[in-house]
Amino acid sequence: MFAMIPHDWIAGLAGGLMIGASAALLLLGNGRILGASGILGTLLAGEDPARERLAFVAALIAAPALAALAFGAPAFAQARELPLVVLAGLLVGIGTRMANGCTSGHGVVGMARFAPRSIVATLVYLGAGFVTLFLVRHLLGAI
Amino acid sequence: MRLVISALSGALFGLGLLVSGMTDPAKVRGFLDLAGAWDPTLIFVLGGAVAPMIVAWRIAARTRRALTGAPFPPAPAPRIDARLVAGSVLFGAGWALAGFCPGPALASLGWSGVTGLSFTLAMAGGMIVHARLAARRSLQPA
Repeated sequence: MFAMIPHDWIAGLAGGLMIGASAALLLLGNGRILGASGILGTLLAGEDPARERLAFVAALIAAPALAALAFGAPAFAQARELPLVVLAGLLVGIGTRMANGCTSGHGVVGMARFAPRSIVATLVYLGAGFVTLFLVRHLLGAI
Repeated sequence: MRLVISALSGALFGLGLLVSGMTDPAKVRGFLDLAGAWDPTLIFVLGGAVAPMIVAWRIAARTRRALTGAPFPPAPAPRIDARLVAGSVLFGAGWALAGFCPGPALASLGWSGVTGLSFTLAMAGGMIVHARLAARRSLQPA
């Protein structure tokens, strides 16, 4: 039975549970919302409490990096078009701050609270993602 | 104590992203590519992540204060405005272009090389630009 389920799906579910547990820990421990864009954005804007956010971001970078050192780095293909990557980064940076959230803050924490703003944001960025990928990959032949 | 919880949460978040496969932009794009060889893994990640958080919000509603004594964040006003929609459109477009959203971009910095660093620096730049514009706007009379 389990052998029929693709390994990636099981890994996805296990990783997802870890993500949900990390967000639950931050909420029930510190009373804070786990939103990657919110934490990084307010840290860069110099808002308090900066040390807590710095600790979160540092651990977010360091823990997977150490795991990759110990168990081998996962698959990662370098992008062919670096200007496209930079454009994407700018869009994600500005867009997530405008919308006050990304896949973690809106997609996980806000959706679990059944917050209307988060449900709308998630539907819109998913829709924009589907359309953009279709246009760029299938019509323009890039990425 | 708060610093320890922040660091533990960040570490568990990063390891979860790694285990889930979402630090690989190819897998994220595989999910967004409905017209290609569609990869539904992201649905399992999202489902797995939302489930414990639904429980956490239920606990929060009953206990009213976090372990460290902090109050829980109030629910935002259910206002759907143009900023929310326009920002999410920009984010979704950038997410598809690079296959990265903010969490996985940070979590993969240890091995994502020039691609990951370029994306993350540009994303940080975009966030700083937004903060500057927002600060300027808030100084002006409404």
